[in-house]
Amino acid sequence: MIDVFIDVTLLAFLAITAVAIVRMTNLFAIVMLFGIFSFLSAAMFVVMDAVDVAFTEAAVGAGISTVLMLATIALTKDQNEKQSRSHRSWLPLAVVIVTGAALVYGTLDIPAFGDPEAPAQMYVAPYYLERSIAETGVPNVVTAVLASYRGFDTLGEVVVVFTAGIAVLLLIGGKRQKSNTRKNEKKRK
Amino acid sequence: MDFFIGHYNYWIAIFLMMVGFYTVISRGNLVKKIIGLNIFQVSVFLLYISVSTVKGGAAPIITEGIELYSNPLPHVLILTAIVVGVATTALGLALVVRIKEAYGTIEEDEIHAQDHSL
Repeated sequence: MIDVFIDVTLLAFLAITAVAIVRMTNLFAIVMLFGIFSFLSAAMFVVMDAVDVAFTEAAVGAGISTVLMLATIALTKDQNEKQSRSHRSWLPLAVVIVTGAALVYGTLDIPAFGDPEAPAQMYVAPYYLERSIAETGVPNVVTAVLASYRGFDTLGEVVVVFTAGIAVLLLIGGKRQKSNTRKNEKKRK
Repeated sequence: MDFFIGHYNYWIAIFLMMVGFYTVISRGNLVKKIIGLNIFQVSVFLLYISVSTVKGGAAPIITEGIELYSNPLPHVLILTAIVVGVATTALGLALVVRIKEAYGTIEEDEIHAQDHSL
């Protein structure tokens, strides 16, 4: 019973934080709320027995993302979001409500939360749970799958992160020269 | 009541997904759009981890005397997705910084006004 209570409360906090993020206009406050949002979701992952995911979310999602966003705010020097009148507010709301209703309709058929007989628990997962310790010697099944069975996929992930890092460096690494040339162009005009 | 508790996680995940989606399509500030994208992302993580949970199960670390574990495969998927998500967030924020340098603003409608594209 206490599990259900924690689950319901944490998810309600997540929903409230998300709504607060949409309603805020001060970017610094939004980024801080996003950090809170990430930590709440990390707590939620612990409740749902996904400890590896929880500490990755806490370190990478809440830590690095928040720092990157703060750095962006510092570089762009924009403190507040301007409320523009040009956006029609009813159209996005209608799109979101229709999409959400369709998705909720889709959940009516799927097995209840925590059902041990659900199809997702039946086929591949027991294989790894039974054999990973004999085949890899790693007690943590998530680590065994990530680093051993699916090592090549993890290599692919590293390639993605590396590519993103190179792209970020190309975009803002050689900043000083380019901004000077742009100023010169403006002077000529 | 059982039906409500059994599907509550999915509904909150969908609610968060729609909040993120709404932020992306209705707000003009580029930093806020990226935060909306991140909320959307976290909602997908919650959905996957909800599917992996087994009632009464333990975290998938093999221990003597424990029979029931939650499903480790969605955990692996989402672990990868979190890291890739941060990489894409970093790329998006770098683009925002460059847009600020080129246009002097990060508001979408002001950028369109400068380009005469809308």
